[in-house]
Amino acid sequence: MRKITYKEALREALREEMLRDRTVFLLGEDIGRYWGGAFKVTKGLAEEFGDERVRDTPISESAIIGAAVGAAITGTRPVAEIMFGDLTSLAMDQIANQAAKIHYMFGGQAKVPLVIRTPFGAGVNIAAHHSQSLEAWFMHVPGLHVCVPSTPYDAKGLLKTSIRGNNPVFFCEHKLLYPMEGEVPEEEYMIPFGVADIKKKGSDVTIVATSYMVHKAIEAARELEAESINVEVLDPRTLVPLDRQTIISSVKKTGRLVVVSEGCKTAGVTAEIAAIVAEEAIDYLDAPIKRVAEPDTPIPFSPTLEQYVIPNEKSIMNAVKEII
Amino acid sequence: MELNLCKDKLVGMYRKLLEIRIFEEKVFELYAQNLVPGTIHLYAGEEAVAVGVCSNLRKDDYITSTHRGHGHCIAKGAQPKRIMAEILGKKTGYCKGKGGSMHIADFSVGMLGATAVVGAGLPIAMGAGLSIKLSRTDNVVACFFGDGASNQGTFHEAINMAAIWSLPVIFVCENNVYAMGTRRSRVMLIENIADRAQAYGISGVAVDGNDVLAVYEAAQKAVERARRGEGPTLIECKTYRHKGHSRIDPAKYRPEEEVEEWLRKDPIKRFREKLMQTEVLTETEIQQVEKDVLAEIDEAAKFALQSPFPDPAEALKDVYA
Repeated sequence: MRKITYKEALREALREEMLRDRTVFLLGEDIGRYWGGAFKVTKGLAEEFGDERVRDTPISESAIIGAAVGAAITGTRPVAEIMFGDLTSLAMDQIANQAAKIHYMFGGQAKVPLVIRTPFGAGVNIAAHHSQSLEAWFMHVPGLHVCVPSTPYDAKGLLKTSIRGNNPVFFCEHKLLYPMEGEVPEEEYMIPFGVADIKKKGSDVTIVATSYMVHKAIEAARELEAESINVEVLDPRTLVPLDRQTIISSVKKTGRLVVVSEGCKTAGVTAEIAAIVAEEAIDYLDAPIKRVAEPDTPIPFSPTLEQYVIPNEKSIMNAVKEII
Repeated sequence: MELNLCKDKLVGMYRKLLEIRIFEEKVFELYAQNLVPGTIHLYAGEEAVAVGVCSNLRKDDYITSTHRGHGHCIAKGAQPKRIMAEILGKKTGYCKGKGGSMHIADFSVGMLGATAVVGAGLPIAMGAGLSIKLSRTDNVVACFFGDGASNQGTFHEAINMAAIWSLPVIFVCENNVYAMGTRRSRVMLIENIADRAQAYGISGVAVDGNDVLAVYEAAQKAVERARRGEGPTLIECKTYRHKGHSRIDPAKYRPEEEVEEWLRKDPIKRFREKLMQTEVLTETEIQQVEKDVLAEIDEAAKFALQSPFPDPAEALKDVYA
């Protein structure tokens, strides 16, 4: 099968959906012909679809999302890009109070088919305002779907599903994944929400990992093979809805769980997944649940400091060994 | 105010003004009987703004509204009985009892909903304008907000974006002098909020918001401009709420003379006098309109009171489409 990058996979999804449906349009800061997006995801799309449908905006995050909400409830399908996930804080009212609540608050009268794409993740030395992983914030807002694709294949399939859906989707990309290559078929496909993917089969320990951490978990699992520890790596792919069943089935099989995700440990992604397993499958656990996440600090700048706080294959291996 | 409109239009506007006033009086009456859960923000005193603006709109035009939104709904053509049912938290309300007084919407008449976050409606209205522009129709959006909202960042962001993209949005600031208890002059140095339009390169106009025809004329110009693709307008309507901010507010921060002065400028009283002076309506016709509206609102209240509350498990529905 052909291989393309995560960035190209996202661009293909946007392009295909824009060709398929004239009501799909993109808006965001510097996404158009002069820059093509800070991470070049939308490069070339303004040339193909015009500046109206690939719309550069002022630096006004709240109005970018508000514009997307207003456009979504009146018959279009906007895909908004927020240049860095950290900056979603500037648009939080429009995301959490407006986009997420309109369908419910108005008794189901309006649909809000909009996608908010944004990159999260640490590891490129751009410090506290450009490196966070805030997926957990959005898991806490009923009405939003939250996608966390870890491969080009998942990125494309989930983005297409997001654009065609009738709900607001918070679509989390990861900066370090943009250049990563993976197999993506030429023919069209979609990936349904709430279906986890077992990235590696195993029988001794279940690792549930998200986004870039899926790859760290796979590396850790490979190294653990050498020590005869057989790890299953499970990627939920969407945090809302979350495929509880696949996670619980895996834990029932292995009896051990390590949860890995960037973002602070307290009240984070790992906390929610650990709580679900504790609530629904504690009798199947042979050891305590382990969580590998960032400590409760801002992301520091200096490479030595930054690498210290990001989970890696070593910290994942240590967590596995503690419960084996 | 000049009367160059046909009789039907003028009577229709008078009827809407009255519908809102009598509706709000009914809400207050039901509230006093402990039949309204939560809080209420009454529009009484500001009716000329909603009616003056919405009388220029078609059914397929849009509006966005605020926590003080009952009047906007009625002016845009939503049914009083379903608004009342929503305010009472009933199953038959526009939002099945999930929104309440501060979150009424009727998408079937282009009423895109009321947001209770001050200033949050401006970007949404701008987005609806963007949608209109992309679909190349000649619809427009009227966005209602208060003087308080004009100090939010969303005011700046949304008006600027509407301006650069020449979107068909009429930003209607209902300057009722107080943002809750904070007098406008304490939180901005300029006299006219409309002056802020200059900063975005669009036209801005301040009008007497208690003169329904003055509002109508200003909105007419703005709507025509928007339909022609000539972009947004900021209209500041200077008005006053008859009651406090919300149900618990006796509004002691307002000097008595000020309240009295504004009550003398009551928009309904003024319009009625004008209609009678110019012989558009006779005393008998006026009484007939009033009688009809009273009966309609009574009927609305009866409908709302007799409607059932939603099934509790309804709380779990409609989270996702």
